[in-house]
Amino acid sequence: MADVGGDPRSPIDPAINTPGREGLTGTAPANLYTPSFDREQITIAPDFRPPEAQPAWRQDFPIDWPQDLYVERRDFMKFMVLTSAAFTAGQLWIAAENWYRRRSAQPPVQRIASVDEIAVGVAIGFTYPDEHEPCLLVRLTASEFVAFGQKCTHLSCAVIPRLEEGSFYCPCHEGRFDLRTGVPTAGPPRRPLTRVLLEMRGRDVYAIGVEERTT
Amino acid sequence: MSPSTKRPFSREQRLTIVHGMLIFVLIIVVLQLWLLTATMNAWLGGDESIVWPAAAASAACLALNAGLFRYLIRLERTRSGGA
Repeated sequence: MADVGGDPRSPIDPAINTPGREGLTGTAPANLYTPSFDREQITIAPDFRPPEAQPAWRQDFPIDWPQDLYVERRDFMKFMVLTSAAFTAGQLWIAAENWYRRRSAQPPVQRIASVDEIAVGVAIGFTYPDEHEPCLLVRLTASEFVAFGQKCTHLSCAVIPRLEEGSFYCPCHEGRFDLRTGVPTAGPPRRPLTRVLLEMRGRDVYAIGVEERTT
Repeated sequence: MSPSTKRPFSREQRLTIVHGMLIFVLIIVVLQLWLLTATMNAWLGGDESIVWPAAAASAACLALNAGLFRYLIRLERTRSGGA
């Protein structure tokens, strides 16, 4: 191996693939570059001042800030992936509930009241299709009846009929629904009240099903 | 560049990569949140047609996030075991 003049103690390093020297031409002496710290080991304080200018507590307990920053971001990404998994689980839960709901039987036909028991402009309460679903039947005119679920579509508070205003009123968050259609007219609710389908059989009013709506 | 001379990423490079992936994952998670609320609203309103497509889309988003996270783990394994 030939030397390139100068200091004979500094032979040319022919290895250009040795770790850390890739890409060099192979003509530089091996000791040309003074050993330096591994960049991975250099700690930079958050205020970017040199280590000797740092307070005593930081000198006594130095923290590898770049590594800390990296781990922090990495762990946050782990958390976000877990959050993503939770959202997917929520979607699958909705799908499972939907499957269960479709499997369950149609709501029963249930007698609510006789026409003679309800005066015009009066609302009565009943439960349908089971005892956990409170509903309201309103007689608008002599021949016109409407019935809706009593749970507000915002947070399931019980709505109160205000016949003089022509609305159902939710006292929890000042929500209002149209008395005739159940469509939200004010407040936070966005979906209409669940409509109970009615049928007249003689002088009796029957509930025959429920209709959930988005608009 | 041949595999023998391929260097592992430095810490600064990995931090940049993590930042990029983090932004991507955040966007996807926000999208999933919107998808969940929209699906819940539609389903409670009686619209069942959206349920399964939304679940599939959310699962695809999760797969994308998990894939990115797997890449991050591989990146660290390369660093700890390589070079």
